[in-house]
Amino acid sequence: MRFYDWLLHCYPTSFRNEYGPEMRLLFARRRLEAQGPFGGAALWISTVAEVAGNAALVHLDILRQDIAYSWRMVLRAPGFAMTAVIIVALGVGATTAAFSVTDFVLLRPLPFAEPDRLVKLYERTPGYSRLELSAANYRDWKLGSTVFESIGLYHDAAANLVGAGEPMRVMGSAVSADLFPTLRVHPRIGRLFTPGDDQSGAPGTILLSYRLWQTRFGGDPDVVGRQILLDAEAFTVLGVMPQDFRFPTSEATFWTPLRFSEEAYVDRNDNWMYAVGRLRSGVSFSQAQAQLDVLAAASRAQYPADNKDVGANLIRFGDEVSEQSRLLLYALSGAAVCVLLIACANLANLLLARALQRRRELAVRTAMGAGRERMIRQLMTESLALAAIGGGVGIAIAYASVPLLNRLVPVSLPLATTPTVDLRVLAFATVLTAVTGMAFGLAPVMRVGGDADLAGLREGARSGGGRKEGARSALVVIEIVASVVLLVSAGLLMRALWTVQAVNPGFQSEGVLTLQTPLPLPQFGKVSVREAFYTRVLNDLHALPGVTNAAFVSFLPMGTMRGGIWPVSLDGRPVNRSENKNAFLRYITPGYFATLGIPIRSGRDTTDADTHDRQNIAVISESFIRRFWPNETPASVLGRTFNFALKDRVVAGVTGDVRMRGLEREAEPQVYLPFRQVDDLFIIGYIPRGLVIRTSTPPATLAPAVRATIQNIDPAMPVTDVNTLVDVVERDTASRSAQLRVLAAFALIALVLAGIGIHGLLSFSVSQRSQEIGVRRALGAQSADILSMVIGQCLKLAGVGVVVGVALAYAAGRSMQALLAGVKPADAATLTGAVVLAIAMTAIGSLVPTLRALRVDPNIALRAE
Amino acid sequence: MLQAATFHILLALADEDRHGYAIIQDVAARTGGELKLSAGTLYRSIQRMLEQGLIVETRERPAPEEDDERRRYYRITPQGAATARVEVRRLTQLVKMARAAGFAGAKA
Repeated sequence: MRFYDWLLHCYPTSFRNEYGPEMRLLFARRRLEAQGPFGGAALWISTVAEVAGNAALVHLDILRQDIAYSWRMVLRAPGFAMTAVIIVALGVGATTAAFSVTDFVLLRPLPFAEPDRLVKLYERTPGYSRLELSAANYRDWKLGSTVFESIGLYHDAAANLVGAGEPMRVMGSAVSADLFPTLRVHPRIGRLFTPGDDQSGAPGTILLSYRLWQTRFGGDPDVVGRQILLDAEAFTVLGVMPQDFRFPTSEATFWTPLRFSEEAYVDRNDNWMYAVGRLRSGVSFSQAQAQLDVLAAASRAQYPADNKDVGANLIRFGDEVSEQSRLLLYALSGAAVCVLLIACANLANLLLARALQRRRELAVRTAMGAGRERMIRQLMTESLALAAIGGGVGIAIAYASVPLLNRLVPVSLPLATTPTVDLRVLAFATVLTAVTGMAFGLAPVMRVGGDADLAGLREGARSGGGRKEGARSALVVIEIVASVVLLVSAGLLMRALWTVQAVNPGFQSEGVLTLQTPLPLPQFGKVSVREAFYTRVLNDLHALPGVTNAAFVSFLPMGTMRGGIWPVSLDGRPVNRSENKNAFLRYITPGYFATLGIPIRSGRDTTDADTHDRQNIAVISESFIRRFWPNETPASVLGRTFNFALKDRVVAGVTGDVRMRGLEREAEPQVYLPFRQVDDLFIIGYIPRGLVIRTSTPPATLAPAVRATIQNIDPAMPVTDVNTLVDVVERDTASRSAQLRVLAAFALIALVLAGIGIHGLLSFSVSQRSQEIGVRRALGAQSADILSMVIGQCLKLAGVGVVVGVALAYAAGRSMQALLAGVKPADAATLTGAVVLAIAMTAIGSLVPTLRALRVDPNIALRAE
Repeated sequence: MLQAATFHILLALADEDRHGYAIIQDVAARTGGELKLSAGTLYRSIQRMLEQGLIVETRERPAPEEDDERRRYYRITPQGAATARVEVRRLTQLVKMARAAGFAGAKA
């Protein structure tokens, strides 16, 4: 019998209270009728099934009733329902969108087997915490370590793919044979590299990405074994990697083996490789780092000159996302939480106000016999239904807005797809919605359930009582605080963006078209071949209408390649890496400075007379003088000599500084060399492949003519990365502006929500107090008195909210200082602006209720009394 | 269209007020033991019929020696009776149509 009682708990309380005793009676009788052990067992089985089925149906009945009832309430007060839905939708939408990006970049494990055990290995020197490895150090450390199950190497590669269609520039990676086994990936078809493939002299082999296979080879299943030409070298296709395999970045489309010769292990200062290791199971990250510290110390002892101050730095593969991206996403999540908090506070406020308005109705229903449990259930259904609709709209908002947040995802991640609203995110949004609806539906329920007494029935019952007013005021203060924090954060980021955009890059970006002509090797390894190509291209370009200047350069400033430094040696001393004496190396054709508008401070540009057999000259930047000859001037350094890029160079000119690495990085020393003053097949990484063209017509319109010109000269030459220089510079701040737009949108939503909240609170309190206001007016209170009463309340709320908000905003600003480009977290203009906006929002929110208070007619108010 | 359980409960209450167990017995007897309402089905139907006004709970109790205070007695309302009649008419129409289509035997 006790079991049956327990079973009865499946039914709703109200139903159980009503019919439970009789059902027990019935069951007792059935038990008497049941005969034998089989009869008893059959009775229990049928009873359990019957109770389960019917209980569910009874719950459904009640749900249907409650929803029908809620629907009638919604129809009676559509404004309330709309407001609630919008509030929940904005809160859930913003938070879900932010979560989907954060989850995608920071939380989700990388798409490799057991990603927790994957680490990246770098060298560490005083200047750089993540320096690429030299082959020699890598080999020593790999042989000496026991913490890795396996470890492999890779570095970025790019090549021209010729034959079968238009010539094409493809990005990829050269990898050691043990890299893919370390990642535990398997090819879709064909096989991976084997140890023989990555030896010096091994025949060329290649693995294709799924994308390249589909786009270039039409998904041909017989592609394995085919020969393809990369930069005029033959490679045999070994296999095709899986569709969602992206490594090391999402741009990689092919993989070739890193083919090592013994010479590669000679220079310990030749740092160009990345390593990914898989820790042996049971080995902790700190154990691994400790062992590598020991190995690095041994290398320092063994090679004191080459390895001076060189350490080993281990980073979890999943933690490689840059600090700035991470901070940005934290800021985004924080902002989303603020919006959600405001939305919740608003919803709670709305529901509280509504519960108070419905006190009479609820009291009547209680008096007519509805149980407290039944009433709470009804109210919960109502708030959950509103939350569910709001959540649904919110998810739709998130769905639409996540693609807009795409720019916040760093391209340097081995991720195949862009963030979308997937099941994980949907689950998150659902939980969020349920919690919002329940937590903030429950508050008013508890209150009403508690005092839904007959007092509510009395005709004179009015006003929410001081305690409730207090709770609601607190909620409004929270809203103001959160919106001030968001406003200040958005304001600070806006100032930061302006600051960065105002930085002089060192060149004039307007009117310049840029592109890449990836001269393949070994064909263009010879200077004379390059010279012929440059001469024809530049001559033909000058003939195009509007073109005033054009030149080739190794790498564009702020382009995709932002490094490219070479050690500087002064006065014949050997180069020591730990002294960090480096300068950017750029080979240029004459006219480069005029094309980019880089000012020449003294001396001259390179000329066609700076040939291989003449004196080797260099044009240096002012930052070069500051770093290496601090006591000299641009005029006095002309004629001085230094060793750079394998030769002694004489300074022939000095130019203004260029921010090579981007607007937010200080200018570092730059050296420009005439493109002819290099030996054939030497320093081939720096062959001028970037083309810059200054034009008096809009640069974008020039692109087709330039393409045609180059095609005409060399039909096999791909033309890639066609951009205006303005776009290149703008891209430098793209993630900043994207982030600012998101945060500004959040701040705007917060402001609107807080405005609604204030409006709601004051409207309610004015309507509750209209009788009191009427009495006051009848007793002679002037409009000014009423006004000061309402505005006083509003000012108190705004005052508290603004003070707390500014304090919190300052803290938030400090924590994201790294994103602020030098703007102070206590930036006066921003703080003032935010405070003014918040107060204006309060004023607007309280405008209508204030006017309503002023229009209260004492006669009507008194008659109601 | 009425649910079978609802219709049978209305039939059981047609001649006299009954409590829950009596309804179950009456329905079972009427259908020759073919339909045995479970407790859950019965009270769920009763709750719904109360809400729809088809039946009411009556305060009249039988003689104390036959009574059990835990029992509740139900009475059919005029609306309940009307609903049952509408259902009967619907069923009769249905049977007529079935016969016209040649599904059932000749008139008894």
